[in-house]
Amino acid sequence: MKVIELGKNVLAANDVEAEALRERMRAEGRLLINLMSAPGSGKTTLLSRLIGDMRDIAFGVMEADIESSVDAERIEALGARAIQAHTGGMCHMDAYMTSAALSEMGADGLDIVFLENVGNLICPAEYDTGAGLKIMILSVPEGDDKPLKYPLMFRESDALVITKTDALGYFDFDMGKCAERAKKLNPAIEIFPVSAKTGEGINKLEDYLRGKLNILRNNKGRGTQA
Amino acid sequence: MHEMGIVLHLAETLNETAKTEKLSKIGSVTLQVGEVSGIMTDYFVDCWNYFKGRHPVLAESELRLETIPAVTYCDGCGKTYETVKYGRECPYCRSGETWLLTGNECVIKEIEAESETGEEGESSFEAGDLK
Repeated sequence: MKVIELGKNVLAANDVEAEALRERMRAEGRLLINLMSAPGSGKTTLLSRLIGDMRDIAFGVMEADIESSVDAERIEALGARAIQAHTGGMCHMDAYMTSAALSEMGADGLDIVFLENVGNLICPAEYDTGAGLKIMILSVPEGDDKPLKYPLMFRESDALVITKTDALGYFDFDMGKCAERAKKLNPAIEIFPVSAKTGEGINKLEDYLRGKLNILRNNKGRGTQA
Repeated sequence: MHEMGIVLHLAETLNETAKTEKLSKIGSVTLQVGEVSGIMTDYFVDCWNYFKGRHPVLAESELRLETIPAVTYCDGCGKTYETVKYGRECPYCRSGETWLLTGNECVIKEIEAESETGEEGESSFEAGDLK
């Protein structure tokens, strides 16, 4: 037997795949968003609201779950393209799985593609999926202490959407404290408190998404990252 | 199952390496795992033992794990300290502006392998080729 020194990061191949996917999406002028949160935070409900409101944008949604296809059916009923990706027991999506799901769904004609990651605040933060934008959701019932418990997720995300603000009256959720904790981990994070039920705050989030799509399209071909 | 994803990537990388370097069998894999990488070594070994059976090149290979200690650097005073013992706050100056220097790794350090031609102990390429 001979000894071969590798010194290779186990996730190096994934990172290469992720970078290639990001580059492809940028060249095609499509915004791929990795949406991450705990189970039950309202990912699908938020997406339903965005799809319903932003009729001029063609949305695609890749629903990643360990099993079932209830989420993809909800999204398709709204007229967006959707695919259910089963991770086969895995707790996160990686760049290979994202790329495969995207090819299977077909991205032609789409403007914004959401990868609705597996409900989990830990593992998805560690894998680069190739998305150009990372958004996390924290719902009011989960509590304002979550940045303290899952710091990597808050550090990795470009934006934090705080959902279910219509329930603020029923929970001891301190919006100021939560924002302060998130900003301490990630000074650049943008925070959007919303209620998909009442529509409160949704406009600002929609403007943010349109802005990100425009930036990506304006930078197309310039070799800069959106 | 976080460990499963990592094992899948590990198996993939090793299969690729075996193909490129024309290896018939990988006898052992030495993996360096950071102390705070979140990898549970017991689960990891179980996953490995399950997955290696699916790849002929890896079927008999032994997994050796080495731990990389977690060390944090403090922006406040410029000192380093043991992450696991003190956490995020610097024990010297109480600053919270601290960064993990090492301890989050998952690196394939080296493998022991037999090449298809049956040559043993003769390494015909440099380690740098694979980086």
